[in-house]
Amino acid sequence: MTDNRFFNRSELIGILVLAVFLVVVLPLSLDVFRLNLVAKYLTYAFVALGLVICWGYGGILSLGQGVFFGLGGYCMAMFLKLEASSVENTKIQSTPGIPDFMDWNQITALPFFWKPFNSLTFTIAAIILVPGIFALIIGTAMFKRRVGGTYFAIITQAVAAIMTILIVGQQGYTGGINGMTDLRTLKGWDIRPDHAKIVLYFFEVGCLLVCIMIAQFVRHSKLGRILVAMREKEDRVRFSGYSVANFKIFAFCIAAVFAAIGGAMFALNVGFMSPSFVGIVPSIEMVIYTAVGGRLSILGAIYGTLLVNFAKTSLSETFPELWLFGLGGLFIAVVLAFPNGLAGIWGDYVQPRIDRLIASRKSKPDGWTDSSVADGAPAE
Amino acid sequence: MSDEANKGLLSPLRRKLLMGMAAVPAITMLPRASFAQAPATSAVNTTGLAVTDTEVTVGILHSATGTMAISETGSIEAEKLAIEQINAMGGVLGRKIKFIQEDGASDWPTFAEKAKKLLVNDKVAAIMGCWTSASRKAVLPVMEQYNGMLYYPTFYEGLEQSKNVIYTGQEATQQILAGLNWIAKEKGAKTFFFIGSDYIWPRTSNKIARKHVENVLKGKVVGEEYYALGSTQFNSVINKIKLTKPDVIFTDVVGGSNVAFYKQLKAAGIDLAKQPLLTISVTEDEIDGIGGENIAGAYACMKYFQSLDNANNKTFVPAFKKTWGEKTVIGDVTQAAYLGPWLWKLTVEKAGSFDVDKIAAASPGVEFKGAPEGYVRIHENHHLWSKTRVGRAKLDGQFELIYETADLVEPDPFPKGYQ
Repeated sequence: MTDNRFFNRSELIGILVLAVFLVVVLPLSLDVFRLNLVAKYLTYAFVALGLVICWGYGGILSLGQGVFFGLGGYCMAMFLKLEASSVENTKIQSTPGIPDFMDWNQITALPFFWKPFNSLTFTIAAIILVPGIFALIIGTAMFKRRVGGTYFAIITQAVAAIMTILIVGQQGYTGGINGMTDLRTLKGWDIRPDHAKIVLYFFEVGCLLVCIMIAQFVRHSKLGRILVAMREKEDRVRFSGYSVANFKIFAFCIAAVFAAIGGAMFALNVGFMSPSFVGIVPSIEMVIYTAVGGRLSILGAIYGTLLVNFAKTSLSETFPELWLFGLGGLFIAVVLAFPNGLAGIWGDYVQPRIDRLIASRKSKPDGWTDSSVADGAPAE
Repeated sequence: MSDEANKGLLSPLRRKLLMGMAAVPAITMLPRASFAQAPATSAVNTTGLAVTDTEVTVGILHSATGTMAISETGSIEAEKLAIEQINAMGGVLGRKIKFIQEDGASDWPTFAEKAKKLLVNDKVAAIMGCWTSASRKAVLPVMEQYNGMLYYPTFYEGLEQSKNVIYTGQEATQQILAGLNWIAKEKGAKTFFFIGSDYIWPRTSNKIARKHVENVLKGKVVGEEYYALGSTQFNSVINKIKLTKPDVIFTDVVGGSNVAFYKQLKAAGIDLAKQPLLTISVTEDEIDGIGGENIAGAYACMKYFQSLDNANNKTFVPAFKKTWGEKTVIGDVTQAAYLGPWLWKLTVEKAGSFDVDKIAAASPGVEFKGAPEGYVRIHENHHLWSKTRVGRAKLDGQFELIYETADLVEPDPFPKGYQ
């Protein structure tokens, strides 16, 4: 009964603990300001979750997840910005009724690709489809030609750089380097006050749990096993008659869609979107979250994201001029000492003790966090 | 040689001036009889700000790390110096100022997060901070939502006005118009070539400059080019300059791009002694990187130069160097950042309260006579009345004051006829 298509016993416990932690413990122990920060951190957890599937299982290292995070975020932000730019709110502009940054850039009418974002339904569809299709195009172009490993990572990085340049350069249409700021309401519901922040937090946690379920499903399905097989020995899978490219494209698309949902959540929770989440540096940071948490562990990636971001906030509050060194040290220490991140520490040190304590008959519940499997490098 | 001689003179003079400066704001306090007992906390703080009987907390929010750190460090230093000096004179309403410094890390969302932290968690009475327009735009909704008070130091594009912000730098018209008038008259300039970095401030500034050139000066803009932030290749635009031979090159290129731009200009044989160039984006801080020999002869349009010859500045510059090192240079924005804590202090004393609403209401008309740039006053629109000055860059990286407006220029963030 405990082993079904989604999880085995220990995973079920793990997910329940995470759910209790996010739904009960954090809201009760943190004030609204800190809870909103957690909501911001969790938006990156979506990206980390996608990276676990695509990088941890599929062995496809993408250094351009910020692109998808940004696409999702910008779709949401465009909708919110249009709502905030009603004729009434913008009557001091030369052209009332268009977003303020367009007015500053001497644009006098709403560009055609902005118009559909008046509709929430379209926006939600776009948040999923735009990054999904974009990932499909990149994935098809790369994987069908058997571009993989380092080359793929470099190309994703280039895409991230191109995207930033595009957004910054087209500031009349995108808000440029300032991004889209001052987002106010969602269908007339003010997203800024404290009670709205709490509602948005729970909504986000709900979405995250759904995404975790999807990730669990992928992992336990035949698809997940093929992904791992591909990571370990791509040619064998190909010779067995599977289309390696299609599986890779799928993993990449799923990671892209998760990242985009995270981006949309970011725009809602934080109230703005800017190109600083799209470029190379944030994309690499997102990979670091996954690495710290453990790229082979779905739950580890979530805790890793929370931990790194929490460290970022608290270090920078305590040592405003030195904190980057501390953070850098943390990354180096984790990667050197614990190549499988937090999940590795858990799987290697904590879990066995717990198991011994309850004198369970199994020594290790699950192979994926086992270090012998984990040590295998991603497929080149 | 003359440097050595001056140093000897400065020391006693400085003490005298420091005392004089200390007395200036004190005079404004006199009628309110604030020398008496500090007023009760319950009376001056009705909204739960971080004010105790002996202390009041403010926030400093700039980038101490990341690409903007090089520019924002000067602002942090200036604000800390001002707070130190205010505390040395007895603080504000009998309370010492304590500051909490947060790092915006050159990242706009981080600015918003930290601003919120300062307001919600630390309940600071005011925030001195932000530098780029992008960071201000990110912070502004937070300031308005949680009713904070921001003192923003940078010259910027205008088109903004908020109850919760005091803009201690110049808005675009204050910085540009007088400078263009001067160069048109002095050099008989009719044709202008605009070069800027590609973001909101240069684009808005150039829009205003273009309207002024075309409608008021009856001149002509013969070229307008934008380069991405951080861009280092200016050869094509330099060729266009050589072809169009404008009377004046007008630039608002920012940050590190400046280094490449001026070096390439020089390498291309454009002699700034003969080809007038007016910049609104190069201060002493930037020349540190560009090198005085590459930019000597260029004109800059600012409200403050380190070399200004007035009593306030003669106390300010040595005090700044004493605290932050002999080699530091003081640019326009650094000076504007220095005004923030002082203006806040004066406003608190005028309002007799730390409450943000009362400070916002009391701000218009607040005067600061001890400003290194000279006298300044807060306008109803929360910007400063200030003079526009033109300086010529010298080999040693300092500016020589060439021209200043006779009167204070009125701030006009929403200029009619320029939009």
